[in-house]
Formats: sequence, C-alpha cells, structure tokens
Amino acid sequence: MASTAETPALAGAPSPRSNRDVVEQNLARRHRNEAIFRFTGLGAILVGIALVGVLFGSILIKGVPAFTQATMTLEVDFDPEIINIPERPVLQASQSVAEYEQALLSWRRRLAFVNWNKVIQASLAKVLPAAADNARDAAGMIASGERIKLRDMVEADPSIVGTTQAVSLVAAANVDVWLKGNIDRTLPQHMQQLSKLQQEWSDELYQRGVISMAFSTALFTNVDSRSSPATAGLLGAIVGSVMMMLIVLVVAVPIGVMAAIYLEEFAPKNRLTDLIEVNINNLAAVPSIVFGLLGAAVFINFLGLPLSAPIVGGLVLSLMTLPTVIIASRASLRAVPPSIRQAALGVGASPMQAMFHHTLPLAVPGMLTGAIIGVAQALGETAPLLLIGMNAFVASVPSTPMEQSSALPVQIYLWQGNELRNFFEARTSAAIIVLLAVMITLNALAIFLRNRFERRW
Amino acid sequence: MSAVAAEASTGRYETIRIADPVARPTKIAAKEVYVHYGAKEALHHVSIDIPAQAVTAFIGPSGCGKSTFLRCFNRMNDTIENCRVDGVLDMEGEDLNDHSLDVVLLRARVGMVFQKPNPFPKSIFENIAYGPRIHGVAQDKAHLQEIVETSLKKAGLWEEVKDRLNEPGTGLSGGQQQRLCIARAIAVSPEVILMDEPCSALDPIATAKVEELIGELRQNYTIIIVTHSMSQAQRVSQRTAYFHLGYLVEEGPTESIFNNPQEKRTKDYITGVFG
Repeated sequence: MASTAETPALAGAPSPRSNRDVVEQNLARRHRNEAIFRFTGLGAILVGIALVGVLFGSILIKGVPAFTQATMTLEVDFDPEIINIPERPVLQASQSVAEYEQALLSWRRRLAFVNWNKVIQASLAKVLPAAADNARDAAGMIASGERIKLRDMVEADPSIVGTTQAVSLVAAANVDVWLKGNIDRTLPQHMQQLSKLQQEWSDELYQRGVISMAFSTALFTNVDSRSSPATAGLLGAIVGSVMMMLIVLVVAVPIGVMAAIYLEEFAPKNRLTDLIEVNINNLAAVPSIVFGLLGAAVFINFLGLPLSAPIVGGLVLSLMTLPTVIIASRASLRAVPPSIRQAALGVGASPMQAMFHHTLPLAVPGMLTGAIIGVAQALGETAPLLLIGMNAFVASVPSTPMEQSSALPVQIYLWQGNELRNFFEARTSAAIIVLLAVMITLNALAIFLRNRFERRW
Repeated sequence: MSAVAAEASTGRYETIRIADPVARPTKIAAKEVYVHYGAKEALHHVSIDIPAQAVTAFIGPSGCGKSTFLRCFNRMNDTIENCRVDGVLDMEGEDLNDHSLDVVLLRARVGMVFQKPNPFPKSIFENIAYGPRIHGVAQDKAHLQEIVETSLKKAGLWEEVKDRLNEPGTGLSGGQQQRLCIARAIAVSPEVILMDEPCSALDPIATAKVEELIGELRQNYTIIIVTHSMSQAQRVSQRTAYFHLGYLVEEGPTESIFNNPQEKRTKDYITGVFG
C-alpha cells in the first residue's frame, strides 16, 4: 500500500520532501514491530527459564533430602552365644583346595544363618530397654539389609565376635519417612507404616541423638533392593550406564566420524548418496523406542545376546546416537573453510592428507561436541532399554557388559513406580539429580574440549 | 556481445594472436581446451602457449572463464563436482590433462596461490614445511629448515618473520599472509606458479610488494596470473590473454595488447567501456 503511494514520487515527481514523509509515517510502525518482536523473544526466554527453574527446583527440593538418611549408631555386641560359629577354616596342609573351599562355604552358610535380628535387638535394647521384649518392633527399626553389613563384618574379621563395636546402621525406610515428616502423623494407626512403639522409639532415639541424619552412602555403594528399601542404591545402575556409555563411545563415535568424513569429503554426489543422506536425517528423528524394538529383534532374538545386558543396551544406544554424531560431524567438516582444503591440495597433498592434516583437526572441536551431546542423550534414554529387558530388577553390579544390569534412567523409572511411595519419591529425585549431574558434567566437558581445541583461522 | 553470438552461429571464433618480438621458449602449450560444468560449456576451444620464465596475465570480465582456465593447469577443477576438462595441456611433452597423470606429482610441479590468503592455522614454519614434508623432499631437519629459510627469503618475508617462525601464520597481516602463501608454493620448488587474483584482498602497499616479488620470481619460475587490475597486468606481465564469455579473444605481448588491441571487445574492456 505504501509503495503505491510512493510510486508517483519515484516516477519523477521532484518532491524528496514527500518521500521523507512517507518513510517517517512508516517509521513508527516499523519501530513498534521491532519492539514487539523483541519483547516476544524475551518473553519466550523468560517462560523457558521459569519452566526450567520450576523443574529443577522441584527436583532439588524433593531430591536433596534423600541424600541424607536416618542412621542409627549402636554399640553392637557380637555375642558369641548368638553368633555361634566355629573358627573360620584355614587351608590345612592335608587338605586339597577343593576341600578347603567346601569347608569355607559351609562356614559362610552357618554365618548367614545366624539370627542377626537378635544381635540387633540386643544392641537396641541397650539404648531402649523395651526393645528386649518386642523382637518384631526392634527388627523393624533397622533396614533389613543392614544385617548383611554385620555378617560381612564378622566374615572379614571373625575375631570381633565377643567384642562390642560401634556400628552405624541405616534405619528402616519407614523410620526415615516418619522422622522426615513424609507421612501424616495424624493418620489413624491402622494407616500408619510404623507401629505405635516404633513411632515412640524413633522420636526418642532421634531426640537422644542415637538416630541422626547422615549422608546416605548407601545410595552410591549399594545396588537396588526391594526387601530393604532404605539401603537401595544406584551402584549397579551407575556401572551399567557407564558401561553402555563406553560402548556408545567405542561404537558410535568412530563409525559416525568415518561415515561423516566419507560422505562429506569423498562420496560422489549422486542419487544413492542423496538417499543415504536423507535417511540419516530421518533416522535422527526416529522415536527411540523403535530402536529398542530393533535391538530386541536383532541383538537378542537373532544374535542371541543376553537380555538386560549393557552390551545390548550400548549397541542399541549406539544405533540411536549414530545419526546425531554423523550430522554433527558433517556440519563441523562443512564449517571448515574450503580455502584450507584448497591450500593443502594446492601444495600437492592427496585428498586424504588434506583431510587428516588440515580439515579434520579443525573440525575436531565440533565433532567432539556432537559426540558428547550424543552420548549424553544416550545416557538419559529410557524407552529402548525397556524393550531389551533392562527394566528387570537386577540386584547386582555387572562385572562385564554381558551380565544383567540396570541403568540410571531405568532405575529412576523403577523407583518412580515403587509401592513405598513416600520413601521412594525422594529417592527417585535423588537419582534424577545424580543423572543430571553426570549429564551436566558431560556437557561441561564438551564445552571445555571445544574451547580447548578450537583454533581460529 | 553480438559479435560473439554471430561467431557462435557461423562457426568458431579464432583467437587473434600476436607473436612476441623476442621468441620465448614455450613452457606449456594448451590445445583446444574445453571446460564443461555439467551441460554448460564454460570454456570454448582455448589454445595458448605459455612462455617459460615469464609472467602471463589472464584478464577479462567476471565469469569469462579465466580462473576456470587457470585451474586446468594444476587440475584443481578435479575437485569441483560436474566439471569436465577436455583438450591437451602439453607441459614439456607431458599432457597435464591426462587422467593417468598423478595430480599429487602435478601439483608439486605446478604450485598455486589463491585469491584470499589461506595460510594453514599453524605456525609460519609449519606452513612452509608442510609441502616439502609430505613430498619427502627434505632429507633431515636441517635441510627442512634451510628450505623454509630460502623459501621465505625468496618471498621477501624472511626479515619480517625470522624471529617468530613458531607463531601462527594466521596472525600475520593480509599482505604478509599472501607472501607466506607464495613462499609455501615456492617451498616445493615448482616449475610453474599459478596465481588467482593474488592481490584482490590486499591494500596498495601490500600489492606493490607482491608485484615486486612476482617480478623477481619470474627469473626462475613460469608464472600465470589472473587479475582484474589492468594496471597490474601491465606492470607485472610480459604476455596478456584477454578472455570473454569463455572465449580466448586475443593474446599477445602485454604492451601490444594494451597499446594496440586488435579486437573491439579487448579495446572496450581495457579502456573501461565495460567490465
């Protein structure tokens, strides 16, 4: 509209004044549009920041308390009457190794059958005389997994039998919930998780300082547990995730980088390479659960790799990460100015020399960033892992990638669904914090490496 | 324009050639060189003799094919998708356009300096040492250092950079960078040096230095330079070839091209009527 108004002026009317007026007229509108655009952008960013703030805030508020846990410090009597076991067998000259192993095994079995609840009850009775008559309530005060801790102490050093040791034991999950106020204390008793007695004991011990909120090392040193939620930890999941990340690094990064180099620098431009390129871009957009199905069909059914194993998870995540790595690597190769390539070719470098001596070193920072972001993405991926059986309850630390294992995001998923809600809600958020911490560390590493290797030209 | 159109319909255009007053030995003889980008013919039957130990300037308006033709001499057109070069480029009995010829060897014999200074993002020393190193010319470290020093001296850069050989080449000024690129080309001892508008990104002072350098280098090397600057062609070259729309219109001694052009298009271009 404005242009039609201007036309006569442009067509030859010698009136620069009117031209100026037209521009001035529009000027206010143009400035207004610009301001609106700027504020819309600013608004979008503020909304984004607010949402991220709410997300992180809620996770932190819920998760941080889970890093401390009700822990009881007790004088534990290793009473030889309860721990009634013979001496730990030693290898006799007359024995074969097999015979010794057998003797050791039966000794261990006897150790396992010791009534550890009784040991705990006796120790608890020292601070709470009433505990002596209430075996059930006493046993329920301590996380059941802590019995294993006592057993392990004796196994490591049988000479402590007959002595008294100060041991810090993780209190039962319900005690932790009660003390942290994660359960409504006004609920009628039939809806409570602790017995009346246990509630009184918890409060009393907390006041006397026998129970304190200590850093939950169990979260990092133990594997998942159903029978003893208070000592359930992430160790197995962390190890499983680390293994999978290593597999992704070893499989996806070299293949992705080589594919990118070939496609970008050496492949002829024809229908086939166009098709490959389109499909790589499509693969990057394929829902991750589809990769899980593929993994289940190919790696587990066809190749016969074990279920729930990091090797399968790592391979599936590698497939998923591959397009990301290829696309990022190609972009960073393309960002290297062609003049560098020409300079190298001009002095007689072969295409491969030009690539590896000049183009690649300049593209490395971008490639690293792509690779690390791809790996971080893979670390947080859950859906494909569910399809290859990694949502199984695995209470062991895998020592090889072929063994069953859990993974961090799957562990979060499992804890989120745990029936002991008021304890695991915090535990889940704590696990999310651990996962986020690993991811932020990885991204920080990516930024560091990019700045470290970035060269200007 | 219309002249070319007429020639295209009636037959082929024959280049006007004026011989040198003093005969020079021919280094490269281009015969009937055609270049196609896909289906489009960008260069039509170009034939020219490039004299040894002299500077030949290619001039002409943008898009006339002079840079395309220059890139035929070290086969840089190979790196361009869809580009096809036909014809013979005879360098002392060897056809440069023969695809059984190894381009790596060719580019060691025919060096190139590009329009924009493009030093490697490495040290000054490494920039020069790279060529000799990949070709395995240097016997040992001392020899390599000697090559670097002589190359920088020949490029007139030694005095300016001898104390900072380990600093990045990209930290030099534009003119120094271009002389560094010339030194890099010299370091592999080529017989021919191609220069594609080597001064178009430089200021007049840096340009003067590079032109002076070209004048010195022609004692030992055959130089072909593509330039948009008429005065530069006059200052540095002994022979000039005028390209127009993919045709080699006229070629001859620089003086005669500029003082007594035979073709109207050449005359229009050098007098600034168009282009």
